[in-house]
Amino acid sequence: MARQKVPPTQALTLTIDDQTVTAKPGQTVMDVASEHGIDIPHLCYLDGLSIWGACRLCVVEVEGQRRLFSACSTEVAEGMVVSTDSPRLRHYRKVIVEMLFAERNHICAVCVSNGHCELQAMAQRLGVDHIHIPYLNPQLSVDSSHDRFRLDHHRCIVCTRCVRVCAEVEGASTKGMAGRGIMARIINDLNEPWGDSQTCTSCGKCVHVCPTGALVEKGTAAAEMQKRRQFLPYLTVMRDNNHD
Amino acid sequence: MPQTVTIEPVTRIEGHARITIDLDDAGDVADAHFHVTQFRGFEKFCEGRPFTEMPALTARTCGICPVSHLMASSKACDELMAVQIPPTADMLRRVMNLAQLMQSHALSFFHLSSPDMLLGWDSDPLRRHILGVAAVKPDIARDGIRLRQIGQTIIDLLGGKRVHPAWMVGGGVNAPLTTDRRDEIAALAPEALEITKRNLAWFKRSLKDYTDEASCFANFPSLFLGLVDRNGALEHYDGVLRVVDADGHVLEDQIDPRRYTDILGEAVEDFSYMKFPYYKAKGYPEGMYRVGPLARLNLCDHAGTPVADQELAEFRSIQRGAVLSSFHYHYARLIEVIFAAERIAELVAKPEILDEHVRAKARPNRAEGVGVAEAPRGTLIHHYHIDKNGQIQQCNLIIATGHNNLAMNAGVKQVAQRFVSGKQLEEGALNRVEAVIRCFDPCLSCATHALGQMPMRIELRDATGSVVDEAVRD
Repeated sequence: MARQKVPPTQALTLTIDDQTVTAKPGQTVMDVASEHGIDIPHLCYLDGLSIWGACRLCVVEVEGQRRLFSACSTEVAEGMVVSTDSPRLRHYRKVIVEMLFAERNHICAVCVSNGHCELQAMAQRLGVDHIHIPYLNPQLSVDSSHDRFRLDHHRCIVCTRCVRVCAEVEGASTKGMAGRGIMARIINDLNEPWGDSQTCTSCGKCVHVCPTGALVEKGTAAAEMQKRRQFLPYLTVMRDNNHD
Repeated sequence: MPQTVTIEPVTRIEGHARITIDLDDAGDVADAHFHVTQFRGFEKFCEGRPFTEMPALTARTCGICPVSHLMASSKACDELMAVQIPPTADMLRRVMNLAQLMQSHALSFFHLSSPDMLLGWDSDPLRRHILGVAAVKPDIARDGIRLRQIGQTIIDLLGGKRVHPAWMVGGGVNAPLTTDRRDEIAALAPEALEITKRNLAWFKRSLKDYTDEASCFANFPSLFLGLVDRNGALEHYDGVLRVVDADGHVLEDQIDPRRYTDILGEAVEDFSYMKFPYYKAKGYPEGMYRVGPLARLNLCDHAGTPVADQELAEFRSIQRGAVLSSFHYHYARLIEVIFAAERIAELVAKPEILDEHVRAKARPNRAEGVGVAEAPRGTLIHHYHIDKNGQIQQCNLIIATGHNNLAMNAGVKQVAQRFVSGKQLEEGALNRVEAVIRCFDPCLSCATHALGQMPMRIELRDATGSVVDEAVRD
């Protein structure tokens, strides 16, 4: 996605949070907001991966429209007036994060990702200090069968970043999804122990794009798992360029 | 008419408990029980977790002694990894363990127990607390608070956090000590020593005022269990298990902590959530033993630091054989703080304390690991079984306070028989019944980590021992 010069006739003008901005056709609200220093909350979106639009944290209001739009998957349009922050949006985002916490067993204090977790950071940013939804406390499994990595379903928010990076960047397609709704689980190959996977290249990209402590390096103790995902946009660009 | 006196809640201890006292027809104490009424479940919900998370997970058993759990758990993880941790990591863990001992003993002695001693067992309960002490003996209250602060500060300097530092891990510690922090610790240790010396001085002078309490606060023959080093010196971090009897004779020595099940059994009673460990060779309940500061001073050959050794010699002169009154847990606590301050100073004075090699890394190499350390309240045992991928299959925790369960129950009965009479139930008498528990400084949050069905039961018994009424709470 090398930056290209845009002829003036193809530039769109829109308003995001009272800021007049210009954008290229085909850009998403998330991209344009990000270029102008507006950080819209998100968890499933990750620069360098395809758009999924599942977490709904990036919902924004568009003037003249009653429904909300996910900023990551909505393309900009001429004259669009977007609001990324309002009491209604803040409320929805808080409820979404509360539901993520209630759905699985996110015990920050003892988690390997404590202090380096996107879900935890998001809860702090949105001011989630209580969970008003009853916890489901599900009994889930932990897959430690891989030589180097671990999949802990207790801490998964089903953002599918791991599924996408495995297919789109590594090209292995080891990670997939099984089940629906709150029964949805990340699986390896045809729901086999990760250690038995014939396709996994052990590259570790899934671990580093995972926003929580669901995918981690083995041997890490509490608060020791720091993810390094800065590589991803560069890796994607380099691969695209090579294909060109 | 037989009746039951209930003290609930028991105050100035860590956790929740209740004491019941059974009276006979004549109104004299027939029996007494110490009920631990809280429930946790750690051994069960640790199952399935990766072993590398166990130090942080089990440390959450307690906010007072998380460092002790970190210590025992990290040692069990060392065993699972089958590594020899770097010598500097060993030294750093020792410093943190001693700082934990210091802060916890300061809390027990000054904050929780000194109000009884300084204000009187019969004083107004509304003023019988650390602030009450501050009003009449501000220097002592200030010393206690400062001593605890020093212990907590050293933990913070090492682990980056006072409560639940994530610094201790299987294989060692996750960050070396910096020169600045070493210097700060080195400056704090002598201050802690001076504070403790001057408070031990007044405590020893006042002992004559507490002879009545000392005579009946769980003052009976029992066994004592704890760690000593290979040479028999006072030890809190590593070493071998030793058991001595009331006469001070060594019954077991040089027991590898991995073999703790050879000498210890665990019994369950229906009146408490806390288990009743006992010494197997003597059976249950005759195998009653005590752990903690009193036990450690009774069973070591020597302390190993100059001032602590002098004080230990004086302590031993209280009676021939082992010192039996649990009142002297308080005395032993102060001597241990002196030892901690001296030993911390020795350890941080060594140049290798700053070595940056502080962690051994390895995968799980053993299926079973036992970690034993001396917590402030006594011997703490963590025992894990893992599968081939390093996930916990089985977890057993034997907590310091649990070891003392039989002795605490016997102590409650003894002190109730001395001070409680059905004809006149005085506040001061009931406070003494609580105070005997405080001697042991029980940590009930830790001790009730287990999962199990133990309904609470209150029995009303007549003089013949048959139950005339009972209340059961499931």
